[in-house]
Amino acid sequence: MELWGDGDAGEAEHPPAAPPDGEVSAVLVLEQAQVRDELLEAGSCHLRIVSAASPHRERASAGLFPETPDAADWMSQLNRETRSLTHLGCHLVLDSTPRDWRLLSDVMLWSEHAARLNPFTQLKKLSTFVRVTASPWMEVAIKVAILIQICLKSVAKSNTKEWKRGSGGVRFLVPLNIMEFAELIKTPRVDGVDNTEELWLLHANIDSTEKRFVGSLGTIIVKCKDLRVIQLDIPGMEECLNIASSIEALSTLDSVSLMYPFFYRPLFEVIEDGWQLFVPGEAFKDLESMTDEWRLSEVNKDFSVCPSYPSLLTVPKDIDDESLCKAASFRHGGRFPVLSYYHKKNGMVMMRAAQPLTGTNGRRCKEDEKLINATLCAGKRGYIIDTRTIAVAQQAKARGGGFEQEANYPQWRRIHKAIERSNILQESLIKLVEACNDQSHSMDRWLSKLEASNWQSHVKEILTTACLAAQCIDREGASVLVHGTEGTDSTLQVTSLAQIILDPACRTIRGFEALIEREWLQAGHPFQQRCAQSAYSNGKPRSEAPVFLLFLDCVWQILRQFPCSFQFNENFLIMLFEHAYASQFGTFLGNSVTERVKLQLSQKTVSLWSWVNRPQELERFLNPLYEPNNLVIWPSVAPQSLLLWEGVFLRWNRSTKCLDEAYQEMVHIIEYNKELQNKVNSLRRQLAQLETEDSPLQTP
Amino acid sequence: MEHIRMPKVENVRLVDRSSSRRIQVGTLYLTATHIIFVGKGSEDRNELWVLHSLVCNVVKHKSSQSGYPLLIHCKNFQVIQFIIPQESDCHNVYISLSRLSRPEKYEELYCFSFNPNVDKAEREHSWDFLNLKAEYSRMGLPNKLWHVTPINREYRVCDTYPADLFVPKSVTLPVIVGSSKFRSRGRFPTLSYYCKENHATICRSSQPLSGFSARCLEDEQMLQAIMKSNPGSRFMYVVDTRPKLNAMANRAAGKGYENEDNYCNIKFQFIGIENIHVMRNSQQKLIEVSALRSPSMGEFLLGLENSDWLRHIKSTMEAGIFISKAVAEEGVSVLVHCSDGWDRTAQVCSVASVLLDPYYRTIKGLMVLIEKDWVSFGHKFSHRCGHLDGEPKEVSPVIDQFLECVWQLMEQFPCAFEYNEKFLISIHNHVYSCHYGNFICNSQKERKDLCIKEKSHSIWPHLWESKLDFMNPLFKPDQSQNQGLLRPSTAPYCFKYWRRLYNRFDRELHPRQSELDCLMTIKEETQQLEEELALYEQKLAVLDKERAKTLYMQKGVLDSKQALWSLPLDTSLANTPQDYIGGFIGGAPNVFTLQQGERESAELSLFGDKPKSSDADSSDQESGVADFSSHSSGEESLPTVYALSVTALFEER
Repeated sequence: MELWGDGDAGEAEHPPAAPPDGEVSAVLVLEQAQVRDELLEAGSCHLRIVSAASPHRERASAGLFPETPDAADWMSQLNRETRSLTHLGCHLVLDSTPRDWRLLSDVMLWSEHAARLNPFTQLKKLSTFVRVTASPWMEVAIKVAILIQICLKSVAKSNTKEWKRGSGGVRFLVPLNIMEFAELIKTPRVDGVDNTEELWLLHANIDSTEKRFVGSLGTIIVKCKDLRVIQLDIPGMEECLNIASSIEALSTLDSVSLMYPFFYRPLFEVIEDGWQLFVPGEAFKDLESMTDEWRLSEVNKDFSVCPSYPSLLTVPKDIDDESLCKAASFRHGGRFPVLSYYHKKNGMVMMRAAQPLTGTNGRRCKEDEKLINATLCAGKRGYIIDTRTIAVAQQAKARGGGFEQEANYPQWRRIHKAIERSNILQESLIKLVEACNDQSHSMDRWLSKLEASNWQSHVKEILTTACLAAQCIDREGASVLVHGTEGTDSTLQVTSLAQIILDPACRTIRGFEALIEREWLQAGHPFQQRCAQSAYSNGKPRSEAPVFLLFLDCVWQILRQFPCSFQFNENFLIMLFEHAYASQFGTFLGNSVTERVKLQLSQKTVSLWSWVNRPQELERFLNPLYEPNNLVIWPSVAPQSLLLWEGVFLRWNRSTKCLDEAYQEMVHIIEYNKELQNKVNSLRRQLAQLETEDSPLQTP
Repeated sequence: MEHIRMPKVENVRLVDRSSSRRIQVGTLYLTATHIIFVGKGSEDRNELWVLHSLVCNVVKHKSSQSGYPLLIHCKNFQVIQFIIPQESDCHNVYISLSRLSRPEKYEELYCFSFNPNVDKAEREHSWDFLNLKAEYSRMGLPNKLWHVTPINREYRVCDTYPADLFVPKSVTLPVIVGSSKFRSRGRFPTLSYYCKENHATICRSSQPLSGFSARCLEDEQMLQAIMKSNPGSRFMYVVDTRPKLNAMANRAAGKGYENEDNYCNIKFQFIGIENIHVMRNSQQKLIEVSALRSPSMGEFLLGLENSDWLRHIKSTMEAGIFISKAVAEEGVSVLVHCSDGWDRTAQVCSVASVLLDPYYRTIKGLMVLIEKDWVSFGHKFSHRCGHLDGEPKEVSPVIDQFLECVWQLMEQFPCAFEYNEKFLISIHNHVYSCHYGNFICNSQKERKDLCIKEKSHSIWPHLWESKLDFMNPLFKPDQSQNQGLLRPSTAPYCFKYWRRLYNRFDRELHPRQSELDCLMTIKEETQQLEEELALYEQKLAVLDKERAKTLYMQKGVLDSKQALWSLPLDTSLANTPQDYIGGFIGGAPNVFTLQQGERESAELSLFGDKPKSSDADSSDQESGVADFSSHSSGEESLPTVYALSVTALFEER
């Protein structure tokens, strides 16, 4: 409590002082719940653990407070407006600005007024509410928001045996509120005892939780989608159960519209709206300047031709909408061939689609044939890259799918590759993460587990296929059509990676964002389904798969091999991974443009790009070594050249102190160089000026 | 030379290993010292030079339609495949090379014929470049507790030890002699590293001849004296780097290990590093894995695991960590031994030293460390590296493992080392090349008898001259975490495959741009800028006509440098796309494989001392693709070469 001051304006203007040495600071577990006779509407929010030593970290600024300065007004507003209440819950955040501090004390007033009970009692109530809402016949709406705020003060411990988990860990002793005590054991690496940090977790980031009890000591292990594992030790079984069930309820919200992005309001001013940044029309203007062979079709305006496609699609000029509809009926999910990439250098194109529905009796579709033949120059041939093996493609026939018969597509050559399907990829991720978290120090187990996960093989296969597609376009001067079964997973991996290889623009930050928007979001990769669970999910995978993560891994591999050719750095890729799985932004919600339109994401949520593209944020993601490289970059796909992406998979297991130091040093070297250049240039100018002043004296 | 049956063969094809379709035709020459291949390139003159002493083995393969293949495996992990049109030529080259690569006498080695353009004084001076006496005094020796014993001046007590050895002042000559008689090959306990701050030491020896129950009073006194020379501690560690089983087996042969009951205040510890034979086989497996042609991920990872190589690196590292912690954290002295005390002992002592002392993380420091712990203490370089034709069972990659441990540490502590991996690879190359005299023979005595210093040159000044190539731009010696003890992690995932060493010559496997090279260039430019700045400031301070004139001339210089730093050095390597369709079975009717163009030129790399010219030669042979050279204005273009062509695609059917 003392952390937040007592509501006194003068005091509240300052950040709280660290608790006196030797004394562990107070902790508040606070939550608000309110029942309203509306439909169920629960807000997800952060689970936040904050240390006394550094309460202000960048994420703290993500909170929102209503503009109303008056506490009373605000409170009544809270009672009226459900969403505001959620804001309160979501963003009960310590912020360094005086305004927020005042609001915070307002919040405190309100919460005391509302609760009049100690937090744990209220927490119990909360979990009851959660259970109640689970029953379908009760029409109760619940506004749930939890903020666990634990002030951490690390206690110097050198006895490693006491650590609950493996190598890194520091034990924190934290008394909860007035009479409660909680022990928090943090698994992420901690090097020194003085290391205190603040931790924010989106509930959506929680992949699974486990409860354990030893006597009256309860332990909650929170496993996150970003692969972090956190262990909370809470004395008191009841409290532990309460917290656990709250976390579980909040992290497994079914309805998209209850997701945090709908309640999140940015503290920053949106200068450039990310929702408006990458509209298909703009990209088409670029294309128009290069070629007139293509047109924008509105055939899918109401998403009826293909629900997973966007409303505007780039198709060959000579193919009318009617033919498109017919071709769509011949392709899985209506995903008829559309333009993915135009290679400026030689005018070759890459298209993508879903598998043709040839079935067992070899159905054909003249319009489909005409459509893809329209992309070939006279006398030229093209390649169809089927991301499945021939055997898998054959099997697909039995289920109505299939592949292009060469008799019907004489101008095309088909190549089969072997990119795995989603459930195999998900299994692979689970195995890989298990291997990375294995605390045994045996060399043999590590390598064989890494091998058995097959993750690196998937990376190799995907990269190889992308290189092949790029090679056909750039080296062979041929057009390429890429498809797998549905055309929403491996197809997109291949087309997007091929563009990174071929197109220098995709290696810039804006270009890469545009690529993700174009080839993943607009192209209908079902993010919602694929990223519902990550490596710690216990249940049977439904349609979860780390397709996007594999793509990012492949990009990272290319980045490692061409460290000077990308405008962004590894952090950018990791950030995208995190946000694809759990985010305060709406960008990765929904499975297709159709769904996003229905959810009104662009009106109701903030775009990730609005945040990322702010100069303050971009700074973290810039590669200091970047030097534009206009060449095609061919990565090596040999096993010796492909590394494990430690930045993601060992992120929480290894100490990065020395690596961070190296990165800082790199930045320093480059900045110092630039500074010197500026100095030298200005001196040079100065001298030149003096020189011209001198010269009249010299000439006579 | 009488061994050369065939000095020159025309129309030999050199096959690029990354793709058997990339072949270069040229002439093969055999000289007394090198194999030289000169390619018949249209405009570029490609040369490949390989020292005979670097050749590990030569294998004839079954003839193919284009000729008779000859495969040459080198000790620096280069693999060269020639195809020779005539069988007799092939056989002659094979016989000649087999003989040339296995010299029988030291006198045949290249270092005795290598004659750079330096005079006698300069050569002698090159041997003074490193001075072990200075190194010991850097450590703070001799001091009141430790001094040099003259006992081995004539190599009489121990012929594999150096002449000058540090022992506790308190031990008398009879004690040393007595102790040496109780140790294998007379290698009595002597100082390897002294920690100035807390007086703890690392000492080394060979195993005691204890058998099942033998004791030696002098040896016990010796250890007691070592322990007492560290006034701060009440005991010392005795570390036997062997697996316990091996040490016990040695007891039957009258050797063995120290009995804790017989020695006062020792703590005895086994570490469990395998012997040279296990290591040799392990590396052999590793080399096979590294040389696999387009392996699958599984083949590679399983092969890596089955080789056990990284496990051995880990155990060596762990031994080093144990000792360095004992010295730095506990302030306890350590005596290290294995069987003879010249393989595992050398490894472990030097790894511990690198962990303990930042000096050994500098270029000069690593040279000194190798000179001290390896060369002077009698690591049997000629046996272990197979310099001469001899017992193959004596060969073992002991020094490779030490260098790799250092590399693994560099991966974990990117700012702690002054040198980069090129330095380690250069040392590795020269340990095997017999180009310089440093690593010839098996002991100091042998080198003295052979007059190495009079007849050959020292490698160290040569490496020192190329210092700039070996610098790590990220080195931050002043950072507190880079001073003192390094505490590496030994989690399995921290041990990585050293691609730059084992696939050193497979250019297409390495990153096309190198961060470190890039940073090094920037740093060099920064230095020039600093000078420039100082100059300008000076000029501004003293302004007169004369200076205005020089200023005018300076301007041009600076302009030309502007884009310098953006040039990533490694991109000058040919960037060769791989066979991305590789391994695809083209059985199905509708399926076909991509084939690469037949006539691709191969890149060649010159042996060690001329690498730069070869890079320049081969940088851009293939690309005739005009668009690729077009580059954003004023920028250094990346001479990336993509030799991929799939022209055969349609013709195939």
